[in-house]
Amino acid sequence: MGHYRALVETIQTDVAIIGAGGAGLRAAIALAQADPALRIALISKVYPMRSHTCAAEGGAAGVIKPDDSLEHHFNDTVGGGDWLCDQDAVDYLVQEAPKELIQLEHWGCPWSREPNGTVAVRPFGGMKKQRTWFAADKSGFHILHTLFQTSLQFDAIRRFDEYYVTDLLVDGGRCRGLVAIEMRSGQMRCFDARAVIIAGGGAGRMFPFTTNGAIKTGDGMALAYRAGVPLKDMEFVQYHPTGLPSTGTLLTEACRGEGGVLRNKDGRRFLQDYDMGPETPLGHPVFKTMELGPRDRVSQAFWHEQKKGNMVPTQWGDAMLLDMRHLGEKTINERLPLVRDMSISYMGVDPVTDPVPVRPVVHYMMGGIHTDIKAATPLPGLFAAGECACVSINGANRLGSNSLTELLVFGRRAALSAMEYVRGGAPAAGEAALAALAGAAQGRVRELMRKTGGTETVAGLRKEMMHTMEQHAGIYRSGEGLTAACATLADLRSRYGGIELHDKTNVYNTDLLQALELGSMLECAEAVAQSALARRESRGAHQRLDFAARDDDKYLRHSLAYYGAAQTPRVDYCDVVITRSKPGVRDYSGGHE
Amino acid sequence: MSERAIELEVLRYNPETDREPAFQRYAITCREEWVVLDALNHIKENVDPTLSYRWSCHMAVCGSCGMMINGEPKLACKAFLREYTGVIRVEPLRHFPVERDLVTVIDDFMEKLKRVRPYLMPKDVKALEAGEYRQTPAQLNRFKQYSMCINCMLCYAACPEYGLIPKYIGPAAIALAHRWNQDSRDGGRAARQPEIAATEGAWECSFVGACSEVCPEHVDPAGAIQQVKIKSTVDWYQEHLMPWLKK
Repeated sequence: MGHYRALVETIQTDVAIIGAGGAGLRAAIALAQADPALRIALISKVYPMRSHTCAAEGGAAGVIKPDDSLEHHFNDTVGGGDWLCDQDAVDYLVQEAPKELIQLEHWGCPWSREPNGTVAVRPFGGMKKQRTWFAADKSGFHILHTLFQTSLQFDAIRRFDEYYVTDLLVDGGRCRGLVAIEMRSGQMRCFDARAVIIAGGGAGRMFPFTTNGAIKTGDGMALAYRAGVPLKDMEFVQYHPTGLPSTGTLLTEACRGEGGVLRNKDGRRFLQDYDMGPETPLGHPVFKTMELGPRDRVSQAFWHEQKKGNMVPTQWGDAMLLDMRHLGEKTINERLPLVRDMSISYMGVDPVTDPVPVRPVVHYMMGGIHTDIKAATPLPGLFAAGECACVSINGANRLGSNSLTELLVFGRRAALSAMEYVRGGAPAAGEAALAALAGAAQGRVRELMRKTGGTETVAGLRKEMMHTMEQHAGIYRSGEGLTAACATLADLRSRYGGIELHDKTNVYNTDLLQALELGSMLECAEAVAQSALARRESRGAHQRLDFAARDDDKYLRHSLAYYGAAQTPRVDYCDVVITRSKPGVRDYSGGHE
Repeated sequence: MSERAIELEVLRYNPETDREPAFQRYAITCREEWVVLDALNHIKENVDPTLSYRWSCHMAVCGSCGMMINGEPKLACKAFLREYTGVIRVEPLRHFPVERDLVTVIDDFMEKLKRVRPYLMPKDVKALEAGEYRQTPAQLNRFKQYSMCINCMLCYAACPEYGLIPKYIGPAAIALAHRWNQDSRDGGRAARQPEIAATEGAWECSFVGACSEVCPEHVDPAGAIQQVKIKSTVDWYQEHLMPWLKK
């Protein structure tokens, strides 16, 4: 007891992938297919099928129908992102999307179908055409399991399930591997990798009320950040408009895609009062307006309506009503079975007979590890894809159903780039240098394990962080609130050093795991708050009460937050790639088509 | 907001410090709408940070939090406290070795899942450029139910055969093999058959049906296993009695 076991083994690999959700699995398969001789290490703190991709419900966007076009998908995405997307990256996304979704179909994904056997698509918020491929309302679940089961046929993929990565190993200006704790034994292992791909997911757990599972603690982002790679556009945090007030459980946007409507306490479809009207006929949703407006606008409308006292009070706070009754039992059972099940289980409300109370809930990080269009970070040998990365196709506001597509397209892209890098003769790391780095990483974990006399607890600091984020970094923000948040977060980061673990044993030590996860979240949270404070404008999901307008002159730029160790992170900016769509007005009034 | 006092009795075991597992009691105040997982999280945060268990999604889709609750295999995120009276007993999933506290070792399942080759072996190879395979809603429905398995392993904890004969491939793995066999795009049944129709495959099942009863996703592995048995019986007859029917 009290000792953290010695580093025993170094695992030699060509490409190490951190995270085995949608992006990580897609990358692993792409590598194995490209070169069966490649040694691939797929490392995750959970078993692949536990990854949070499984919780995505609505679907994945890709142009497939004859009345749609890549240009429409491009325009919806860029406008939806309030022109903060890199347009070359969006072009790549929309062009690769149909191929990736067909590839999944060829791997057996049970996409919902039209009567003639072709793939069915559904409308989604902010999308001009029907282009969201879906598998009932468990699309992410089916994508994840299709990828995971498909990956089992490739012997080149060596899995390390329930390994928590603590550090990237950076030597001579290149990423040369990583160090991880095997949860089962508490043993630390060194991975000597010629390239590393981070696919570690988002960080929604910084907030108390989120659709994100417990595992989404920003570990991948923090790994890159601590290694000197900037986190881009971290101030853009997506609230999904429709979470169950009791648990934060997501009710998919497909509820509205299928025709569900949002009402206030008087039964009024209030979105018409927030530039998303006129009201559309019940049961006949119209693209890009009313309930099919983008998530940022709908969540912001809720905020205003709540201020006016128009919301329905519940024991968990104010809620609006998601009314799906007119869809009928048959449609709800066929298209939204999970929604019905969860509404009944967790709220005691059957959407067939009653409107379901919902409220905006933290859902997705638009920002993340800074990568170029090839999924490469500025650190040679390090690549990133999926929610942890910011490539950036989501800009200031992601459109629903673009993220499942993104993790496929850029998961594969990261794999190809990593392979190219390895083949290009990435120099092998010096053994002695790696051992020294790994030893230092292990020393830090050992110190955290051994330390006594600390007065802080993981749960206590985590609660304060969540409270601060909810209070000051939510749907609407102010300079004053963000300044306070930055001060609190800096204080929490310094108090983090005062944590004493209660559990000092080796096997499956979740006290240690949660302490390390809290460290990741605090670092991500500080990047969010500092980037939000620096951006003195309102754009997409970042709304400042003290700077209510978009300011293209100053802020049509990506923020880049650089890790400062004990210091405050430094926020810098880089240009947005604009190829052909000049910043315009985001019009969701329904009259523009 | 209504609250009430409850008691949980949780099986604890740390291989480094404990000779054998023992129950530990926790008395807490819970909210009416809580599930057992909420109670465990409350204990972890406020009472005992050393308690170990797996969880993530809190919406019955990631399959992490399977455990025995009052002797029944359940997802802790879907076991509502309001459905229990008296002390609630929480134990690790039956039939799996305990790694620590409520965390079990699931290597056996992971290995079996791989053995049944749970991936599409296309009947007709199609290039990506040729677009999707056609599959009607009716064809989709022939396997959809079996594709809903979240790998939570409640069915293994419920299965008396698996308890007796650990080599038995078991409900979820057979149901998933059957899922691929039933897929109109797949041509891999012959390749999967040696595993799932072998002695440790479907024939081990004595059709107690407990697997289907505890499945949180209504996958009905028992139904899948019976279909596998019927199909392999037909195979046997075709092979031995009517060989001219083959092909």
